[in-house]
Amino acid sequence: MVPRGELTMLLGRNGAGKTTALRTIIALWRASAGSIRFESNDIASWQTPTIADLGIAYVPESMGIFAGLTVRENLMLAARRGPPDEARLDWIFRFFPPMKKFWHLPAGLLSGGQKQMLSISRAIVEPRKLVLIDEPTKGLAPAIINNLIEALGELKKTDTTILMVEQNFHAARSLGDSVAVMDAGRIVHSGRMADLAADDALQNRLLGLSLEAHQ
Amino acid sequence: MTPAVVPRTDWIPPALLLAIALGGLALIGNPSTWVTLSVAGLAMGLLIFIMSSGLTLVFGLMDVMNFAHGLFIAVGAYVAASVMKFLSASVDSESFLVNLGALAPAMLAAAAVAGLLGLFFERVIIRPVYGQHLKQILITTGGMIVAEQLIHVLWGPDLLPLPRPATLRGSFLIGDMAIEKFRLVAVVLGLAIFAAMLLLLNRTKIGLLIRAGVENKEMVEAMGYRVRRLFVAVFVAGSALAGLGGALWGMYQESVTVAIGANMMVLIFIVIIIGGLGSVGGCFVGALLVGLVANYVGYLSPKIALGSNILLMVIVLLWRPQGLYPMNKQ
Repeated sequence: MVPRGELTMLLGRNGAGKTTALRTIIALWRASAGSIRFESNDIASWQTPTIADLGIAYVPESMGIFAGLTVRENLMLAARRGPPDEARLDWIFRFFPPMKKFWHLPAGLLSGGQKQMLSISRAIVEPRKLVLIDEPTKGLAPAIINNLIEALGELKKTDTTILMVEQNFHAARSLGDSVAVMDAGRIVHSGRMADLAADDALQNRLLGLSLEAHQ
Repeated sequence: MTPAVVPRTDWIPPALLLAIALGGLALIGNPSTWVTLSVAGLAMGLLIFIMSSGLTLVFGLMDVMNFAHGLFIAVGAYVAASVMKFLSASVDSESFLVNLGALAPAMLAAAAVAGLLGLFFERVIIRPVYGQHLKQILITTGGMIVAEQLIHVLWGPDLLPLPRPATLRGSFLIGDMAIEKFRLVAVVLGLAIFAAMLLLLNRTKIGLLIRAGVENKEMVEAMGYRVRRLFVAVFVAGSALAGLGGALWGMYQESVTVAIGANMMVLIFIVIIIGGLGSVGGCFVGALLVGLVANYVGYLSPKIALGSNILLMVIVLLWRPQGLYPMNKQ
C-alpha cells in the first residue's frame, strides 16, 4: 500500500525484491501471482505502455537515459502530451541547472550525476500520479546526493506520489514519509519512516544492521 | 535557449572514406579511370545502403536477425522486371518523361509488394520467435528457401531481363571519363533516400522513437510508447526499401535471378556490421566503403577482389570492434 501524495521508501537487504517490485508494477517483469492495484484498476496483467498511460513514470536503477539523444530530445520524448511548457521546464531547471546548460548535448556525454538528474527530469517533465524511482543516489558524490534530495523534496510538495527504493540512510530519512521493508519478496514491515529511523532495534531486526551503517 | 555546450560529430569514419578514395587515386594513377571507378563504387555503395538500411534498424530495434532480408530484394527485382516488361513501350521510348512513366511505377510496385510481404513475414514468421536468436536464424533462412521456390513457381527458373529505360542507357563522356548514366541516377536516388532517412530520424517524433528504441526499447515502453507497433512499421519500411534497392540492383545488372537477394546478403551483413548494428549513419558510410573498395580492388587486383570486403570488415573491427558508429544499446 503506497499512500497517495506521500513518498514511500522501499527498503530491504540486497536481493530482497525491491527492484523486482518496481519493475513488476510497471510490467517490465510479470508477477507470478497476486494483484497490483492502482486507483481502482488491477493492472497486474496490463502492458507497460498502458500502465504508463495511467500517469506512472519509472526511473530505473540504470537510469535508462537515451545516450545518443540530446537532453532536449530525452525530455521531449518523455512528454507524452506534447512539448512541455516553459514554466514546467523552468521548474525542472531550477532543480537541475545542468539540464539547461547541456540542453543540446547528447545525454551519453553527461556525468553520472547529470544522467541521474536527466532520468528524474524525464519522469517529472509532465505531472504524474505515481513516480517509481530505483536507487537514485547510487554511485553519486555526496554533493550531488544533497542536490537530488533537495529536488525530490521539492517534488514531494507537488503532491506527486513517489515509491522509491533507496539504500542511502541520509536520503531515506530525509525524504521518506512512510516506509515498507521487504525480505524474500514480501513486505515484512510497513509504517512511518520517522518511527523506523528512531528505532535501532527494529532496524537491526528488519535490515540486519542499523540504517546508520548505510551512510 | 542557447546551448552552452554543443555536441561533436565523429568525423573520422567519413575521413576514412576520403582517405580510401585518395589512396585509390594514388594507386590507380589515371584520374579518368579513378573517376569512373569512384562513381561506380559510390553507386554500388548507395544501392547497398538502400537495401541494408532497413535491416540494420530491424536488428537495432528488436534484436531480430532476419536472414530472409534477401527475399525482399529478390521480390522487388522480379516485380520491377514484370512492370517494366508490361510497360516495355515506355521503357524503350527516347523521352525521359515517358521512361519515367515506366520507371516510377516499377519502383513503387517493387517497394509496395516487398513492404506487404514484409508485413506478412513479420506477422507470421518473425513474431513467434522474438528474443530467440537461433530460432530466428533457422526460421528466416527456411522462409527464404520456401519463398525462393515460390518465386520459381511464379516467374520461372530462368534469368529475367530487367532493361534500363532507353534514356538511362550508355554513358556520359567527359574527356577520357566515362560515367554510366544509370550509376548517376543510383547516386542521386541513394543520397536522396539517405537525406530523407536522416530527416525522419532527426526531425520527427517517430524518428526520435526509433533512435531511442534502438538504444533501450524497455525504457521507451515504460514511457508509454508501443514499441511493437513501431517495430512493425520499421520492418515494413525496411522491406519496402529492400524491394526498391532490389529493383535498382536488378536494373544495375540488367537481369534478375532468384539468387539476386541471397547473393547480396554477404555484402549487406558486412555493411551493417562495419557501420555498427542499428546505426543508419554507420550503414551509409559502411556501404560507401564497401562499394569503393570493391571497385578499386577489382580494378587493381581482381584476384583478391572477392575477399577485399571481408578484409575491410576485419580491419574496421580491429580498429572499432563495435563498428564505425557503435550504438549505446542497453
